[in-house]
Amino acid sequence: MSGFPILTLLTALPLIGAAIALGAGRRARGVALVTALVSLALALAVWTQLPADGSIGLVERAAWAPSLGIEYRLGVDGLGALMLALSAIVTLMSVDAAHRVHLQPGLYFALVLALEAGLFGSFTALNFFHWFLFWELSLIPAFFLIKLWGGARRGPAAMQFFVYTMAGSAALLVAFLAMFAATGSMDFPHLTLLASSGELEQTVTAHLGPVMVWLTLGVLAGFAVKVPMAPFHTWLPAAYAEAPSPVTMLLTGAMSKMGVYGLLRIAIPLFGPQIAQIRTPLLVLAAITVVMGAWSAAAQKDLKRVFAYLSVNHLGYCLLGIFALAVPGTDAATRLSQAAALNGAVLQMFNHGLTAATLFWFVAILQQRTGGHRGIDNFGGLRKPAPVLCGLMGIALFSSLGLPGLNGFVGEFLIFRGVFPLAWVAATVSVLGLLVTAAAILTVIEKVFWGPVAEHCAGFPDLHGGERLALAPAIGLMFLLGVLPRLVLDSVNPTVTNLLAHWRF
Amino acid sequence: MQEDFTQPIVIATQCYGTFAARILWLIPAVPMMAAGAIALLKQSHRKSSALLAIGSLSFSLFLALFEFAYVVSGWAHGGRTLETFNFTWIQTGASNVELGWVLDPLSAIMLVMVTFVGLLIFIYSTGYMERDGNYTRFFCFLSLFAGAMLGVVIANSLLLLFMCWELVGLTSYLLIGFWYQKPSAAAAAKKAFLTTRVGDVFFLLGMVWLFAQSGTLLFYSNGSGSMEAGALAGLLAQPAAFGLTAAGAIGTLIFAGAVGKSGQFPLHIWLPDAMEGPTPVSALIHAATMVAAGVYLIARVYPLMRDGALNGGSTASLSAVTWVGAFTAVFAALIAVAQNDIKRILAYSTVSQLGYMMAGLGMGGVAVGMFHLITHAFFKALLFLGAGSAIHGCHEEQDIRKMGGLRSDMPVTFLTYAIGMLALCGFPLLFSGFWSKDGILEAARHWSVAKAPFYMLVFGAALTAFYMTRQVAYVFFGHWRGQKPAHESPAVMTAPLAILAFFAMALGLIGTPVWPWFRAFLEGRAAGFDPRGLAEPGFLALMCISATAVFIGLALGWRLYGDRSPRANEPDIAEKAMPFVWRWLRDRLYVDELYEATVIAFYRQWGRAADWLDRWFWGGAVDGVARIFREWAKLSKFLDANVVDGCFDKGCDELSAGGGLLSRAQNGRAQSYLRILALAVAALAAILIWSCRA
Repeated sequence: MSGFPILTLLTALPLIGAAIALGAGRRARGVALVTALVSLALALAVWTQLPADGSIGLVERAAWAPSLGIEYRLGVDGLGALMLALSAIVTLMSVDAAHRVHLQPGLYFALVLALEAGLFGSFTALNFFHWFLFWELSLIPAFFLIKLWGGARRGPAAMQFFVYTMAGSAALLVAFLAMFAATGSMDFPHLTLLASSGELEQTVTAHLGPVMVWLTLGVLAGFAVKVPMAPFHTWLPAAYAEAPSPVTMLLTGAMSKMGVYGLLRIAIPLFGPQIAQIRTPLLVLAAITVVMGAWSAAAQKDLKRVFAYLSVNHLGYCLLGIFALAVPGTDAATRLSQAAALNGAVLQMFNHGLTAATLFWFVAILQQRTGGHRGIDNFGGLRKPAPVLCGLMGIALFSSLGLPGLNGFVGEFLIFRGVFPLAWVAATVSVLGLLVTAAAILTVIEKVFWGPVAEHCAGFPDLHGGERLALAPAIGLMFLLGVLPRLVLDSVNPTVTNLLAHWRF
Repeated sequence: MQEDFTQPIVIATQCYGTFAARILWLIPAVPMMAAGAIALLKQSHRKSSALLAIGSLSFSLFLALFEFAYVVSGWAHGGRTLETFNFTWIQTGASNVELGWVLDPLSAIMLVMVTFVGLLIFIYSTGYMERDGNYTRFFCFLSLFAGAMLGVVIANSLLLLFMCWELVGLTSYLLIGFWYQKPSAAAAAKKAFLTTRVGDVFFLLGMVWLFAQSGTLLFYSNGSGSMEAGALAGLLAQPAAFGLTAAGAIGTLIFAGAVGKSGQFPLHIWLPDAMEGPTPVSALIHAATMVAAGVYLIARVYPLMRDGALNGGSTASLSAVTWVGAFTAVFAALIAVAQNDIKRILAYSTVSQLGYMMAGLGMGGVAVGMFHLITHAFFKALLFLGAGSAIHGCHEEQDIRKMGGLRSDMPVTFLTYAIGMLALCGFPLLFSGFWSKDGILEAARHWSVAKAPFYMLVFGAALTAFYMTRQVAYVFFGHWRGQKPAHESPAVMTAPLAILAFFAMALGLIGTPVWPWFRAFLEGRAAGFDPRGLAEPGFLALMCISATAVFIGLALGWRLYGDRSPRANEPDIAEKAMPFVWRWLRDRLYVDELYEATVIAFYRQWGRAADWLDRWFWGGAVDGVARIFREWAKLSKFLDANVVDGCFDKGCDELSAGGGLLSRAQNGRAQSYLRILALAVAALAAILIWSCRA
């Protein structure tokens, strides 16, 4: 398909913006805002241009290094386009939230935009080399953003984040080199096609011996770190807590989705049968991620760590849905459950991105007003002096809790609808997560909003007009998707159907 | 009067998308929109907020009456109305997730009850909350509650019901914690939400299971709904664990949701604490409507629970409903005996009466349980509002030992409260509670599985009469023991009391054996007037038993507490007789303490353990690996300088020169990470070239 190279433009745009922002000094935030807005408009344009049958559209191809199997190949389906939209939304929110960057604003916003470019690139790439380049590229701005603008313990946090993710990437790289050595291709659609006929496994085994399981583990490790899945999640609380809150919004809202996306675009299509073989331990890990994530959140005293662990918990539901559907059955009932679980997981990715980013935004607002305080016990009775702030943050918290009528519920319902028939034990254990999450979130409300007004909170300023206006779209979107999830699912469902048709377990 | 409850209900022909069914959504939607509008109002717009709330609910009441009349007229023409309107909400794979609303006698009568009782309580609230600073917020939450509750009622889809059910839980949470600055209110709200959510996660599992099995969550959909014959047959044929069929297992899971919401043992602990909310909230949400939602839910999914019963027997899920209900009825009544807070006594009484409703559903069918639900809604709302009036009159005093003699100071409150109390006790013939409770006892007497529930419920009836007599004697008799003199409440509060009192008596008329209108209406049979119904020998005997139980309770209560005026610090007269038993009952049989020592302790320990694991076990492992990496990075730095040419370093230097801060923050590590990356890319390129050649 030829035509206007909108995906290339989309990826290039933040890079251009970054270059301008770098020299714009104090006006860098304005540059970043405009760039993020235009990117969002483009991402939404992509969303409307998707092929109706759920296949990959807006394809751009060009020879790059044919002898190395490297081709410039871009394209998106409902999954990719949804992630583009999410990245654009979260970047805009992050730029919006970061209006107190006094140190090197030019560099800060340039790095944020570079990160956005990394996200766009990896969500549109259809070739491993290209994808991996952007996967790594997004890491560098994230590292510096934590390292230079982070909290007191930013050094170790940034290092752990970077090194851990690099270790995962190394595993991914090795796996793909092996695949390339065997098949001579690094092209996702091509490899998916080989895998769906079973040819991939035969070829790899013929060339390299019985290494398929090891490759699977390598690829899974790469993504398990990124998502993260227990027990590979320990970098996350430190990184999320030490990063400046607007950067945490990007990390949790968009970057964590790269891991889940990778599972859906790479791990499941290429290694379906192997994943189906180790499905039980994977489900155990997913359930642990869900339950222990929630429980760890309940034990935290720092709001950012609470929300960080809640992110672990919420992405655990995605993992649960994805691993549960890795079953070989092809009867109608199984198909329906798989479709429900996958729709739920994809929707959950978006919902989590939106809600978690909004929550960290609120943390940023709380920190601004108290000179950096963010402990659960640092506040008290905020509802009295700041009713609007508490009302809106309350909505975001209940969205995270999974209250029907808000966005969070729909994804979780669909995931449980799909997982229960396929893996009822894992589903039953994981509902414990729903319960403990609620306990953690209600504790936040009780300690921060309710109770007698703490002395130093008496004059706490409520949200002013500009902040209300900035937050309104995010809160509005939570309501909108809670009531009309079709707005997203109508484009996701064809893709889900299409993906499932090409996956073999 | 007693019919075999397994006898199928007269099935009407289903109509789809009629006008009456199509406009049902307006009934919940209008109060919800009002809630949204009030939320945007300023705190100072008190009048407009109350007007919006009352106006919208009046509109809903009007529509509900229209729907009710419509169903009654359909019934008069010899049919049981069953009209639905369904639509696709989302699509996943090849299947649709559908939502919809249903109009049948069950939803019609609930709609009228909820809107009518709700409206009276809204009006009462304008008086009760007059001086509250958060007046507008109160009406916002109340309207949201009304909308969500009405949504539960009209839902023709278990999913829609669940969604509204959770919203009802949210509003309950917000209203219990309405006086959020009180730590006790904040704690009670959280406890209520979490305890009901324990039930809800089981409900969710039951729901997704039902969805997976029957392919739809619609109740009725022209034969393909999950409560219709086709789907039920499939569910019955499907075995699940523990000898249950899928239908039995799903039914039991859904019942767990009802246990949470309707305050049944062992999840009853939140309801007494919920009395931290303003009294109108206790009346509307925690007595009349929301807590009854669990009972309504069971009535809605009754086909699922009933099917598979052998003739006259019971199913596993219905037996569970019965036993839990009967146990709760006695258990809560016992605790109510030894409470001193006027609202807590009523709260335990609500728990107990909800147990009666559950037992009635389990043993007698939908009509028996629902009749008690409706009569209870009126007389319990009356009692709570009366208690609110008394609290108001006594300057926010809630301890019954510090009241007394109110019958002369607050005559209207006294008269209406006495009517409510006699209705709750089940005083023979004149009061609605008598007829609805006797329906349950009658069903219990004929229950083929066991006779114990019957005796438990009769005992519970005597206890109910006893603790209510104690309360009324303390509050309204004897002499005034407070500081400032009590005063009667304004007309805006007493008028709703009078209206509710009228219904607390009159509603009994529609459910007597002489004219079993209610049952006939729900089941779509003709309601005949038959004076012989009263003379049935079995019924007379039962009436004697239940009346005796009530009289024993009343007499004992009066004998112990009538016209005495014990001081607050004086031990209760029953406490002197049996101090040990009394202490146990007063301390609510230590269920809360048990949970504190087990569930809550477990929750805290696990939280700590999870945190510890993360910080030290996994974190330690990662730190170890990281240390290796750091050493390796040092090595690579050395190698770099010699192996890779200086190009990259130069680039780094430029970068650090470019950003002043950047260079300050760099302590060497940052470059080494970049070097790792560069190495990795170089390695990638090298291996690619190598493998290409291979």
